[in-house]
Amino acid sequence: MAAIKTDNLVKRYAEVTAVAGVSLEIPEGEVFGLLGPNGAGKTTLISMLSTLVHPTSGTALVAGRDINKEPLAVRRNIGIVFQEPSVDDLLTARENLYLHSMLYGMPRREIGPKIDQMLALVKLSDRAESLVKTFSGGMRRRLEIARGLIHSPKILFLDEPTLGLDPASRKAVWTHIRELKEAHNTTIILTTHYMEEADSLADRIAIINRGKIIELDTPEALKRKVGQDLVFIKGELDEAAVRALPFVKSVEKENSRFKISIEDSGANLQALLNAGGKIDEVEVRRVTLDDVFLKFAGQQITDDADEKAEGIFERIAVNHSTRR
Amino acid sequence: MINFNAVYALLLREAKIFLREKERIISILISPLLFLFVMGKGMAEGQSPVPGFTYQQYIFPGIMAMVILFTSITYGLYIIWDKRLDFLKEVLAAPISRATLFFGKSLGGMLGALIETLLLLVIGAFFILPQNPLQVLLCLLAAFPISYMITNMGLTIGARMKSMEGFGLVMSFLTWPLFFFSGALFDLAGAAPYIKVISLFDPVTYCVDLFRIIMLGKGYFTLWTDLGAIALFCLITTALGVAAFGKLQQEK
Repeated sequence: MAAIKTDNLVKRYAEVTAVAGVSLEIPEGEVFGLLGPNGAGKTTLISMLSTLVHPTSGTALVAGRDINKEPLAVRRNIGIVFQEPSVDDLLTARENLYLHSMLYGMPRREIGPKIDQMLALVKLSDRAESLVKTFSGGMRRRLEIARGLIHSPKILFLDEPTLGLDPASRKAVWTHIRELKEAHNTTIILTTHYMEEADSLADRIAIINRGKIIELDTPEALKRKVGQDLVFIKGELDEAAVRALPFVKSVEKENSRFKISIEDSGANLQALLNAGGKIDEVEVRRVTLDDVFLKFAGQQITDDADEKAEGIFERIAVNHSTRR
Repeated sequence: MINFNAVYALLLREAKIFLREKERIISILISPLLFLFVMGKGMAEGQSPVPGFTYQQYIFPGIMAMVILFTSITYGLYIIWDKRLDFLKEVLAAPISRATLFFGKSLGGMLGALIETLLLLVIGAFFILPQNPLQVLLCLLAAFPISYMITNMGLTIGARMKSMEGFGLVMSFLTWPLFFFSGALFDLAGAAPYIKVISLFDPVTYCVDLFRIIMLGKGYFTLWTDLGAIALFCLITTALGVAAFGKLQQEK
């Protein structure tokens, strides 16, 4: 059974369409990454799946329950770690977890031991009785992850779980996420800005922009769409000759240099350089998810920026005419 | 529909937070004590409408209502902070009905108001108007529905407000008028006709009157009018509050 199955989910606000028809299926036990620029609709999509926001149209089954018809049943089966910290500053770590456990209807006898277990998992046992307002950003995050997990949800939503964390804390969070998946077969939906994070954690990645999923595949397959390796060349490149090579996927001019996407640089680099003409400088690297992201979402970001600029100029123009 | 374990947990949270902020407990009592000890004593020559009591003793029941009014409204409006601090998000995402959340919150408000009432009652019993144990008990019992009703008003407004900037407006345009028109500081029987008419629609009027009946033995309305009016306002504010909480959505 699929952990999540959405059917043409749409959310429209007064001025913008945040999610413009998303249909996807996420199998149990998968770590699913949602990537997209700011305002792409990631958080809105997660908010609808976790029944915090009502869809304008369409529906979804989460853990087999309909988000429109049985929101409380959906909630009992999911855990959420929000983008902004939402642990209660005025309570201690233990009290935060206790409140959560009671709200999620856990049997009272189980709560105490489970809290100890979760605090140990996120390495906060020694701070259990401290007020959360004395915690650092990383500690809050870890407490929040413990809270999202304490009621053993089948599905865990993580909205930018490592935002603002230092590299060591980030690695620790990643380790927790991997352990979860392996130990409990928890389905995890993850949004992130960090490509490295998505690459190392996610089984599949959806790139979302303007409320639509524009690409959905495994990280490897997505990278293959861009090419395996990127060669940056400075100099008087013979573009026509390079394009004619069978292993070259694309050639783009980027500032003062050329960005050439090729297959298997180990076998083909020499041939490329031979055909390239007079070359001053060469740099070779593997394709990363950053390149994938820029290719699929980047162009549209530039378009958006242009539109906005036009909007402002139009408004100024209108103001001038009314003033006269 | 209502999950009592969750209500208990929410109430426990409010109790812990309230008891941890001792400064707040004291600061809430400051203005009522000013009214009671400065105005009450300053107008020592002022006539008490009820024979056998001083003016200070006469306004004491009104000041009891004032403490509940200010504590409860402020508490209710505080959910704007919850919204800001994103604590509310966690609760809104929990598998509990909005009615459960609402009752957890309004019981929390009642608890705070009861503690303040008890403090003021003790101070007053020592310095102003001695009370027998039955009167103390009845006052505390009366404080239950009164604080419930006023907390509900605060929560209803707080749930609809977007930012803390509206706080001052609510205090100026709602809380203070509710207090002054309630007749907490004077006898409605001798007031100007327009005040009498407005006070009929002021829920606090009946609260002040109920406390006067308990503490002075004489009120403006009958006991049953007061209890009936308070019960009615409790029902209305519950309906409004649950509806307002139902509309609470996650803020962007």
